[in-house]
Amino acid sequence: MLKKILKRVLISIPVLIGVVLLIFIMLRIVPGNPVVTLLGEHVNQQTIDKLSAEMGLDQPIVVQFFKYIWNALHGDFGTSYRMNRSVTQMIMDAFPYTVKLSLLAALISWTIGVVAGVIAAIRQNKLLDRLFMGTALLGVSMPIFMAALLLQYVFAYKLELFPISGYEGFAALILPAIALGWNSAGSIARMTRSNLVEVMQDDFIRTARAKGRTESGVIIFHGLKNALLPVVTMMAIQLSSMLSGAVLTESVFGIPGIGRLAVNAIEDRDMPLLQGTVLFTTVLIIIGNLVADILYSVLDPRIREVK
Amino acid sequence: MKAYENPSLESEKISGGQAVYIDQQSPFYPEDNSADIGESDTILDKILLLVRQNKLAVFSALVILIIILLAVFAPVVAPYDPAAQSLRDRLAAPSAEHWFGTDKLGRDIFSRTLYGARVSLAIGLLPTLISMVIGTVLGLFAGYYGGKTDFVIMRLADIMLAFPSLLLAMVVMYTLGGGIVNIFIALSLVNWASTARVVRAQTLSLKEAEYVEAARSMGVKKTTIIFRHILPNCLPSLIVLFTLNIPSAILSESSLSFLGVGAQPPSSSWGLAVTEGRRYLFSEPWVPLVPSAAIMILVMAFNFLGDGLRDVLDPYLKEQ
Repeated sequence: MLKKILKRVLISIPVLIGVVLLIFIMLRIVPGNPVVTLLGEHVNQQTIDKLSAEMGLDQPIVVQFFKYIWNALHGDFGTSYRMNRSVTQMIMDAFPYTVKLSLLAALISWTIGVVAGVIAAIRQNKLLDRLFMGTALLGVSMPIFMAALLLQYVFAYKLELFPISGYEGFAALILPAIALGWNSAGSIARMTRSNLVEVMQDDFIRTARAKGRTESGVIIFHGLKNALLPVVTMMAIQLSSMLSGAVLTESVFGIPGIGRLAVNAIEDRDMPLLQGTVLFTTVLIIIGNLVADILYSVLDPRIREVK
Repeated sequence: MKAYENPSLESEKISGGQAVYIDQQSPFYPEDNSADIGESDTILDKILLLVRQNKLAVFSALVILIIILLAVFAPVVAPYDPAAQSLRDRLAAPSAEHWFGTDKLGRDIFSRTLYGARVSLAIGLLPTLISMVIGTVLGLFAGYYGGKTDFVIMRLADIMLAFPSLLLAMVVMYTLGGGIVNIFIALSLVNWASTARVVRAQTLSLKEAEYVEAARSMGVKKTTIIFRHILPNCLPSLIVLFTLNIPSAILSESSLSFLGVGAQPPSSSWGLAVTEGRRYLFSEPWVPLVPSAAIMILVMAFNFLGDGLRDVLDPYLKEQ
């Protein structure tokens, strides 16, 4: 088991290196000298050379790459062009907002998703099932910014239940969390339903019923216990993608998280900041996938024992 | 093993089209032995089956057809010139004159939505097709040749899939700059990896099939085997993937444009229309909500159709 986990961790390392390399190259084939973009056209060559040397841009690209990796390993993602601040510091300032938002979104969407999925599976092909699954598909199909705008309009503007935007206090995070979790709730509900429907046809369910267990006991202790295994893996992946993918939600509700940072970096043509945020979030995703994969094998003895 | 199956709808839509995946190279990934591709029904037979069984999918196909027709014949159908400004009528509420109202420059939203459909459909179809062709070719070669070819291609796919797709597209847009043509390029380059994975997996099982072995023993050229004997058998899955990748691409475009890094004014992309209309959400809600709803209807129609097609076409379908 331990060996397997180790092997899985090792597989991630080349991917990680590839990710850094790809981003590094993509951000450096941008046409034009970044220093000129930064200072404007009307600067003399001397100033440009001086700043280039200061930012290390006069060195060969290979040297720049290894320097970047070395610094990144020491937690230094460089300095933002526009803000003249440490990128690491900016990410660390923004990250707590994204974490709070994602955790709340996960809590809301998983609760709703699992409950709706179970009810739909029990009432298979009945009205409630159709209703829930229809809503779930709506959740999967609705653009996240539309969900955000609708929530903002109905609950913040018309009903005045929540602040329209901002990030102070718990109440301000509820609408963004629903908007962010909206898609996840839909896919969790669909997955829970289809898994539970399938598991409930297995032999051990018949055995449990024959032993005289109540139907709710059979569903919870025998059905759900097995049906939720893949769902749990899905959840781990969803959490990491929420942490990194809150770009649209943060943009609508004005939350100064990681996603907002990435969008600002593009608008300001701030290369080190964009590079830092993208790498940070991608590493998060890779770790999330790793955890999901390991979790799945730990939870499911059938996989655990496969050689 | 559902966590791994049909990544399209179950996982790709999380957070606005963020691709999510589990590493299939993982030692935990169960051996794939589900490829039982021996049915004699043609694709056409199966589609006829779909027409008989799944009314929702047929209805969705009809909706898509109508949207395509409206987009193609936009100049005939649209009551106004989509770019014509009329400041006297700016931000007018929906009425008999302007079905969906007007925007901040007095442009007719109904007409602009019709023209915007052209952008969304083009974005949905063309980059998806290009990225799938790339993914299919790479997947076929990786699966058939194996060894180093396989290793290089699949590690590259791993790297592409490690990125949240929206972020990767954002980076490409940073490099290329905004604009609709650049969205085409970004989405064509970013989304090939998931197709490559599916095609590779199928090729791996298909190359052991008896008819492939027969062709090989008769000395048929490798490329001929790949494109004449293996590719046609991947088609059902590719059709399903194509239908389900289209809404992802449409969502990506609208997300990029919504964030201001995609289509630029004065184009009439739906995502751009939403972001331009955002300021009027509380006073004139139809301005951002009409294009949002248009995106949702088109995406939902493709999702329903893709789901239906998967049920009849995909050989990896779980028996229920």
